[in-house]
This record gives sequence, structure tokens and C-alpha cells, in this order.
Amino acid sequence: MTPRALPVVLLACIGFVAALAFPFLYVTPNRLLSGEPHSPHVVALALTCVLLAAAGVTSVRGSRVAVALLAWALIAGLPLLASIDARTLLLAAAPSARVPLGAGFWLMWLSASLLLLDRLRAIRMAGRVVAWIALLVAIVVMGSAGAFDTLALVREFHAQRGPFMDALLTHLTLAATTLVLALVIGAPLGWWAWRTRRTDGAVVGMLAFLQTVPSLALFALLIGPFAWLARAWPALGALGFGGTGAAPAVFALVLYALLPVVRYTIAGLGAVPADAREAARGLGMTRLQLLSRVQLPLGWPVLLAGLRIVAVQTIGLAAVATLIGAGGLGRFVFLGIGQGANDMVMLGTLAIIALALAVDLLFQAMLAFTERRP
Amino acid sequence: MKVIVAPLLLVVLLLALPHSASWFHAWMPTLSHPLYTRTSFLMLTLSHLWLVVLATLVAVAVGLTLGVLATRPNGRSLLPTVRAVAVIGQTFPPVAVLAIAVPLLGFGAAPTLLALTLYGVLPVLGQTVAGLDSVAPAALHAADGMGYGRWRRLWDVELPLAAGPIMAGVRLSAIVGVGTATIGSAVGATTLGSPIVEGLVGNNTAYVVQGALLVGALALSIDGVLGLVERRVRRLR
Repeated sequence: MTPRALPVVLLACIGFVAALAFPFLYVTPNRLLSGEPHSPHVVALALTCVLLAAAGVTSVRGSRVAVALLAWALIAGLPLLASIDARTLLLAAAPSARVPLGAGFWLMWLSASLLLLDRLRAIRMAGRVVAWIALLVAIVVMGSAGAFDTLALVREFHAQRGPFMDALLTHLTLAATTLVLALVIGAPLGWWAWRTRRTDGAVVGMLAFLQTVPSLALFALLIGPFAWLARAWPALGALGFGGTGAAPAVFALVLYALLPVVRYTIAGLGAVPADAREAARGLGMTRLQLLSRVQLPLGWPVLLAGLRIVAVQTIGLAAVATLIGAGGLGRFVFLGIGQGANDMVMLGTLAIIALALAVDLLFQAMLAFTERRP
Repeated sequence: MKVIVAPLLLVVLLLALPHSASWFHAWMPTLSHPLYTRTSFLMLTLSHLWLVVLATLVAVAVGLTLGVLATRPNGRSLLPTVRAVAVIGQTFPPVAVLAIAVPLLGFGAAPTLLALTLYGVLPVLGQTVAGLDSVAPAALHAADGMGYGRWRRLWDVELPLAAGPIMAGVRLSAIVGVGTATIGSAVGATTLGSPIVEGLVGNNTAYVVQGALLVGALALSIDGVLGLVERRVRRLR
């Protein structure tokens, strides 16, 4: 066995174990009760994994492509297979019955995704993008044609479409507001710290200290001061400013976001060679011109890398903000946990993960675009 | 010296809070129960700490093993996949990992422990790979030239040289763990988040303040102590 085959064999083994040991689907009597595990395709799925491993080990021409194609087909096909199974299972069940996906499904699906990621690494960027976009299009087309409507997750989505869209919008608004505020406050702060050589002074130390405080504790501690502010200035209260809600949430999220923004601003300014700065000064540029024409263009990629971290972190932390009444997708998670409605929890969770991954990809694309520009 | 402040604060809080009912009553006279008494603060702190320590130990064992395996010549082909898992996994919010663990394990400490462990592996793994990768080739050649075997080279040269970044990963993993364990009380784990969550649900600000103060002091203590260890380790090399 060549070492190159190791990822394929390992991931195929994980898929194999998942197919054999974990349930593919559950059938539950309604959206709150837990149900019976069902694994209709144990042998076929396990054999597919064996086939994958075999294709990975053999070094016949085209076996590499075969592995990639098989992984691609698994990512697109597993949800379809599950929803077809769900259809037959639902025929024999009560109308309120639901068919949630099991751990076996998720493990196999994740292994197939990692496998595709690994196999596509060998080909050019354009090919990779095409493969993933084709996958996304295939799943979206199947989804909008109603192919997955029998799955509990999709049923939950249809049942809660309105609140879900509101929560998604709230989540995005919280994250975007935080990002803008953190950039507006953090970038000048970083510039000031860099210029006055206070890069490990009190301000940065204070922000690092805040970063350590658990999010729930910081959110909760802000309720008191914000309630007091709203009482002291009724005008603020009239604007929806209060102990709970979006205001303390955004405040806490900005506090968490400031440290990375400040740190990466300092790093970005430090990334500009001293020669370039001196040359610009020699040309008679003012400090502002130096900043906008030299330091910003040269340090921008570093700052963008920082913003990527901030954006992903903020989307995750905003999920906790729901506990102080700020809404967002976290509402689905915690409300679902409270009601014992696992489908609702999964809907919220997957949406948060998808949002975080999408934002991460967006920033990666922006980064790749800026770096390619001369 | 700075390291001692946060643990000292934690000890003072643990000693003072159980006797602070009258203070909280004076501050918030409308509350009928100004002090959280369902579980003692010491028990909450210990069970919180226990969850974090256990999860971090497992995470270090798993992350270190995977990181070492992925950087050996035979495991090199796994490196891109391991990196992808560490990078993609860290975009998953801790809350999401916690929420996924609930349907699998039900309510209580078990899903919190699973989430803490799964999430804690990623920083350790990422930092182990980064640390081992950054060991200077000259050091490796020197060790090879001195006739070190593969394992001795790993143990005596590579791991000590990579210990700084690895400790940074352990520290990050423990800090994220403290935060996630706090939220874990929303899924039934008994941690310092319990007073916060109960206070939020029951509109009892005193509970919230008590839990938040303790968990803040605990997080800062752990961060301080692990930071000290990290600096020691970096200086030793």
C-alpha cells in the first residue's frame, strides 16, 4: 500500500464502521419523541466503502478519478437515498411521524466530503471550484424539486420557514453590525497602538483579558448596566435599547471582536517594509497619504485575514446571544433543546455551521482575489 | 506575580459569596432569593473544573497522537486532511458542537464532555502539526547524524522544540472549554453556568452576577496558569 492511499483507506474505514455500527435513520412518532433506528442499506453502504478503499489502494490508471467520482456521488446520493427510504418508512407510519437522519448518515457524509476534499487537492483550482459548485447545484436542485421533503430536517424547515428566515436575518444583522463596529473602532485603535508602540500595552492587554471571559458570563453581566442605561436615559430605551436584546449583545460581540481586529491591524501595519514607508515619506507624503496609499494597500491582506477570524467567531458567539434575548439562529438551538425537539436543534445548528463556513469561504475568496492583484 | 491575582480572586469569591446574601439583598431588594443555593458554589466550580480538565486531557492525548502521526513520513499523506479537519472544525461554533452532542447523548454532563473534547482536539491538533512542522530541518539532520532513532528524535528533539506552540494549543483548548462548559448548563450539565442560565430564565440578576463572577475568575485563573506554563516551556527550549 502506498502512503498516498492512506487518507482514502482511513476515511473509507470510518465510513465502513459508520455504516455497520451507527443507525442511518430513525423513525419517530412525532417531532418530540425519540424513535426506532433504521439502517436499510447496511450491506450496500459497507460494500461501497470497501470498494472505495480498494480503489484507493490499487494504482490502476483512473482509480484516483474513480475515488473522487464515487465520493462525489456519495455526497449527493446519500441524502437522496435517505429521503427515498424515509418515503417508504413514512407510508407505514402515522401522519405525524418523522424520519430524522442518524449518526451513521452524518459520519458517512462527512467522510465522503473529506475524501472529495482530499482527492480534489491534486487538480487545479478551477476544477476544484467546478466540482464543489456542481455538487451544490445538484443538492439545491434536488432540494427545490422536493426530493428531500420526507426528511425530518426539511419538514421542520417548512413548518418554521417564517421564524427561520427572521432568525437568519437577525443573526446576519448582528454579525454584520458587529463586524462594521469592530472595524471602525478597532482599526484606528490598532493604528494608534502601532504608532505609539503600545502593541502590548494596557489596551491590548485589557482586550486579551476580555477574550478569556466566557461569552455567556459577559452577555449576562451586561444586562445590569444596560438596563440601568435604558432607565437613566428613556430616549435610549425608546430606541429598543435595554438590558436584554440586541444592544448588549452587539456590545459584547464587539468587545470580543476588537482584539483580533486590533492585533491584525498592528500585524498588517508591521507587514509594510520600513523601506516602503521611508520612500513614501521621502516623496513628501503626509501621514494620511502614507496610510491610504502605502500602508492600507500593503497591509490590507493581513487585516482581511483578521476579519475572516472575527466574522467566523462572531457568527458562533451570536448563537449564544439568544440567551439574553437578541434572537438569531441560536434561538432555534436553545428553544429546541428546551422543548426536546431535536429537528429544531439540528436546523438551527446546521444553519449556524453553514453560515460560518459560507462566511469563511467568502473571506477566503476575497483574500485570494486581493493577493492575486499586483 | 500577575498570575496569582486571578486564582486569589477565585478563592476570595468562593469564600465570600456563600455569606453574601445580605449584600445582594441590599443591592436588589426585590429578589426573594438573592443567593444561589441549589448547589454550593464550591461544588459548581469543582464540577466545572473537572469537566474542563477531563476534556482537555483527552483532547491533548488525541490531538497530540494525531498530530504526531500526521507528521511522520508514513502518515504525511494524511496531513492535508488533518489540516482541513482542524481548520474546518474550528469554524464550527462551540454551541453547534454542543447542540449536536445532545441528540446523541441526551441531557446532562455527557454531551457537554463530548462537545468539549471534540472541540478541544482541534486547537491541540492544529498547533501540534504547526509546531512539529516548524522544527528546523538542521535540528532534525543533527539528530539523525547523531544516530538518534525515529522515536528518540521525536521525543528528545521534535517535541521539546514544538512544546511552545503545543502548549498554546492546550491553553486555547482549555479556555474554549471553560466557555463551552458554561453554556453546557443549558443542556443540563451542572457547571458555573447553572446560576447564569437559571438567573436568565427566572429573571434573577443576582444569580447571573454570582455565576458570571465565578466563571470569569475561573477562566482567568486557568488562562494565567497555563500561560505561565507556556512561557516556562518556551524559555526552556
